[in-house]
Amino acid sequence: MDPDPDRELALELEQHEAGSILRCFEMERRDFLKLLGGGILVCMSASSGAAQESGRMPGSHELPKDIAAWLHIAGDGHVTVFTGKVEMGQNIRTSLAQQVAEELRVPLESISMVMGDTQTVPWDMGTFGSRTTPTMGPQLRTMAAAARETLLNQAAEQWKVDPSGLTASDGRITNPRTNQSLSYGELTHGQKLVKVVESAPGLTPAAQWKTAGQPLPKVDGRAFVTGQHHYPSDIDPPGMVSGKVLRPAAFRATLVSLDDNAARHQPGVAVVRDGDFVGVTASDMWSAEQALAALKAQWKAPPQISDRELFGYLKANTDKGESEPPKVTGSVEKALAAADVRLSQSYTVAYIQHAPLEPRAAVAEWDGDRLTVWTGTQRPFAVRDELAAAFHIPSQNVRVLVPDTGSAYGGKHTGDAAVEAARLARAAGKPVRLVWTREEEFTWAYFRPAGVIEIRSGAQRDGTITAWECHNFNSGPSAIDTPYNVANRHIQFHPVDAPLRQGSYRALAATANHFARESHMDELSHATAKDPLEFRLKNTRNDRLRAVLEAAAEKAAWSRHKSTPERAFGIAGGIEKGGHIAAVAEVEIGPQKSVRVVRVVEAFDCGAVVNPNGLRNQIAGAIMMGMGGALFEAIRFDNGRILNPRFSQYRVPRFSDMPQIEVVLVDRKDLPSAGAGETPIVGIAPAIANAIFAATGERLRSLPLRTA
Amino acid sequence: MQKTPITVNDRQYQVTAPPEEPLLWVLRESLQLTGTRYGCGEGQCGACTVLLEEKAVRSCLTPLSSAAGKKITTIEGLEQNGALHPVQQAFLAEGAFQCGYCTSGMILSAVALLNGNRNPSDAEIVHAMNGNICRCGTYPRIVAAIHRAAQGAQKA
Repeated sequence: MDPDPDRELALELEQHEAGSILRCFEMERRDFLKLLGGGILVCMSASSGAAQESGRMPGSHELPKDIAAWLHIAGDGHVTVFTGKVEMGQNIRTSLAQQVAEELRVPLESISMVMGDTQTVPWDMGTFGSRTTPTMGPQLRTMAAAARETLLNQAAEQWKVDPSGLTASDGRITNPRTNQSLSYGELTHGQKLVKVVESAPGLTPAAQWKTAGQPLPKVDGRAFVTGQHHYPSDIDPPGMVSGKVLRPAAFRATLVSLDDNAARHQPGVAVVRDGDFVGVTASDMWSAEQALAALKAQWKAPPQISDRELFGYLKANTDKGESEPPKVTGSVEKALAAADVRLSQSYTVAYIQHAPLEPRAAVAEWDGDRLTVWTGTQRPFAVRDELAAAFHIPSQNVRVLVPDTGSAYGGKHTGDAAVEAARLARAAGKPVRLVWTREEEFTWAYFRPAGVIEIRSGAQRDGTITAWECHNFNSGPSAIDTPYNVANRHIQFHPVDAPLRQGSYRALAATANHFARESHMDELSHATAKDPLEFRLKNTRNDRLRAVLEAAAEKAAWSRHKSTPERAFGIAGGIEKGGHIAAVAEVEIGPQKSVRVVRVVEAFDCGAVVNPNGLRNQIAGAIMMGMGGALFEAIRFDNGRILNPRFSQYRVPRFSDMPQIEVVLVDRKDLPSAGAGETPIVGIAPAIANAIFAATGERLRSLPLRTA
Repeated sequence: MQKTPITVNDRQYQVTAPPEEPLLWVLRESLQLTGTRYGCGEGQCGACTVLLEEKAVRSCLTPLSSAAGKKITTIEGLEQNGALHPVQQAFLAEGAFQCGYCTSGMILSAVALLNGNRNPSDAEIVHAMNGNICRCGTYPRIVAAIHRAAQGAQKA
């Protein structure tokens, strides 16, 4: 039932701003080893058992053949882990360090994580698709376990004993028989040992974890509460100036004329024009803003559609050439003809924006034809290659560093700000910092795709679903298939020549596809006069899905609840990216049919839990964020312009929207850990829509949900 | 250009900047106090919140001239002699942040709230904090952290 992760990843890459710029090159290891000096360096071979997220990718991409991650133990016992994954609030700096500490048997404090610096970490595809926990986690654990074995062997050699009699704990190797003991630092001091791990040694089972699996706080929490952490927008190399980019009056606009006379005469201001790209640099942000405001430009833009015409447009502009072939099982037509109950409905989701609180930002510095850029991106290596291509320099000349970033939610896959900052820096001859305004972020960052989803279904009177046909126009194929047992299916994704620039979002299209499917399941349960929970349980044999549905229902007291026109429950469930989720929403209907979500219960199973503290934070956050897309968020646009590019016009969830949130973690220590940053968002919108129906009898089929 | 005297975290500065320049940029660029964050530039998200004479203000909408001669506290000024402010401690204890970009503004808004109300109810916290956005959705833990800080202060 679980989808093929490689296929899913490939689809994500193809669809979402990534496919064409996926390349990789071998690491230059010699310089790196020189830099580290002595100690033990353990490398994970990508071709080993705990494989890299690569393998059977389609297309012509060159994938890493060499090393997936490094781990270094210095002569003082300090452990440094190098990974291309980046931290943007999902807590992997802590959860990955916990896993290394676990397998290496060292205190968490002795570990530093170097993340997302293309000069010092091995190539990595990017931080998306909930891949860090299922792929990087096992890789780092494998390296740490191999490092531990190496240290055991070193000690055994020194003491002339068999390594199997020795123990590793708390950063030391001990011989229990002789009470001899050496710290890792003592063992690695003066060494220059490189070990390439080809096969996976035995990993510590989750049931025996002592450091992993614990609800530990963020390793660098103090830097955040004191304001000391430096985000990409805080980087400040000597001599830096501020940059601004002149945005076109509309999408697809071309520059007709530019009068930069007034701006050019402001002190310290330089104007850069390169084709349709226009920007300014000035000594500080305020001066740059004034200079930008002094530019007079004329743009010419073609007529473009508005959000009022959006869904008709999506249906009418299916790009048939790229259409995915349908996934067909049995015969939907025959099953529909024989069904007792038939339903056909259409669902829509709006364009929405990620709106990370830290807007896109980059600081670029040139040294001859070598370029260094600090930026917030989920794909540092792809951005490196984007920069190399933009400036016609080899990728080896470009270094991208990603300081822990002010969130992304799938929205920071590309290097827009990095390329712009680098262009301005080249013109200025100085380092340039570019921080997008909120309005730029709402307008020029790519959007979560809008979509139309059509579902036809048939069921027997006893509640057995017999036919399921689903067509998704534009929003994407993630979680498009149903996890329920239906003998006859036709499932198809239809890409569209989209009117707005679109890309990844937290859980991709799984939010849209879950909204449509779980709403439709609710409709079908009512059409067959079945309880919505019982109806779902009747139609799935997946034990993990059943378990979360039952756990959420039990915690919410689903079976004892009686819906009234003022207060009601709705339920939704699903499987995505290896996680199994069920949500129960309780809504209150106020005057003028206003909707307030008063309580959300989510049960989540993502295998063995690595850090329940961080996980609960992510789940509660996903519920809050999901409420935005469910209830208020929608990008309005007309003729190439965004009509609501501000927080005063685009409502996001606030404290006053906060429901009571109850999370049930189903910790499956017997199963591999799955990623958890995305899947908890997928159930919330349909659970709310279903609760609104239970209260009002009004079926809402468009996100955001608006009662009539 | 004229100089404007401001007091930030008990230190006095003479800032050379236009009087209409937002305090946010003065803090971040002239004084290198980057813990105050830009989020929207229109006072809607609270990421740039600082205390102006103990009151929470949006530094993105506060011109330098209106801060002249006044006492400003930023996130960098809450820690005293190496000891975190109780609200900072409470945020750490509750793990009340994810990406942390809103945290400076959240903490300063909470400090201002607790200065005026030593034991706020849930509803009072929601009301006082509603102008601060946490896009990661950490609201329940932030509310818990504010209660924790209030309780700690009452015991002391």
